[in-house]
Amino acid sequence: MQGVPLSWYLILSAVLFALGVAGFLFRRSIITVFMSIELMLNAVNLSFIAFSYQFKQVDGHLFTFFVMVVAAAEAAVGLAIILTVFRNRTTLNIDEINSLKY
Amino acid sequence: MDVFLFFLFAAIAVICAVNVVVQTHPISSALSLVGVMGALAVLYLLLGGEFIAMAQVIVYAGAIMVLFIFVIMLLNAGEEAKQSKSLLAQFLGIPGFFALLAVLAFGILRLFPNSPRVRFGEFTSAGAEEVGRALFTQYLLPFEVVTVLILIAIVGAIVLARREMD
Repeated sequence: MQGVPLSWYLILSAVLFALGVAGFLFRRSIITVFMSIELMLNAVNLSFIAFSYQFKQVDGHLFTFFVMVVAAAEAAVGLAIILTVFRNRTTLNIDEINSLKY
Repeated sequence: MDVFLFFLFAAIAVICAVNVVVQTHPISSALSLVGVMGALAVLYLLLGGEFIAMAQVIVYAGAIMVLFIFVIMLLNAGEEAKQSKSLLAQFLGIPGFFALLAVLAFGILRLFPNSPRVRFGEFTSAGAEEVGRALFTQYLLPFEVVTVLILIAIVGAIVLARREMD
């Protein structure tokens, strides 16, 4: 065996991304929605690493590094927002947090 | 061996990702997400990314997921309330998921019909040394900008999460 083709890594990345989109759209708990976003970011990171392997360059790894940093910042701020929302509304259900809609 | 490792950890990643989406309790979703991240770290290693695999385990599976589990604990988040599903989600949800997947897979296979095969050890110039060198020469400005972003995020998180003083 010669190893798997690179496109299979990309397809795995697509599967994870699609699952992240599905979780983002169908879940109702705000924390699970947030975790689906992290899943999508991870899927994109896998694509970056795979392309970095294809072109034999280190740039993809640096992009992944920056995505990780931004994800960490996003998680800190997002979870703080979730805490504040829960303190004010005492719910984590996104169907009940809809004041901006009206 | 490469093929076996790829299939093993790809299967773990997909099963855990499905589990993230279908579990109703946030803690189960969070633990499954840790599984996805661990499996992805092994795939990064197969693709030659030693530094980024370690960063994945430490930053993602370690720091970010601990933050998530901490918040779930703090909010005492229980099972998601069962609600009547909307008609759109009920009938278009799963077909929509497979349609998105099919479009992505078609695009990938169309763009890369004969992509190179991945052999472990063929690409070794992505260790800590090379990543560090690129980070502090070519990507110095983005690195500095990102440090400011992190600082803003820290201050913002504290301001958002603190209780109002009377």
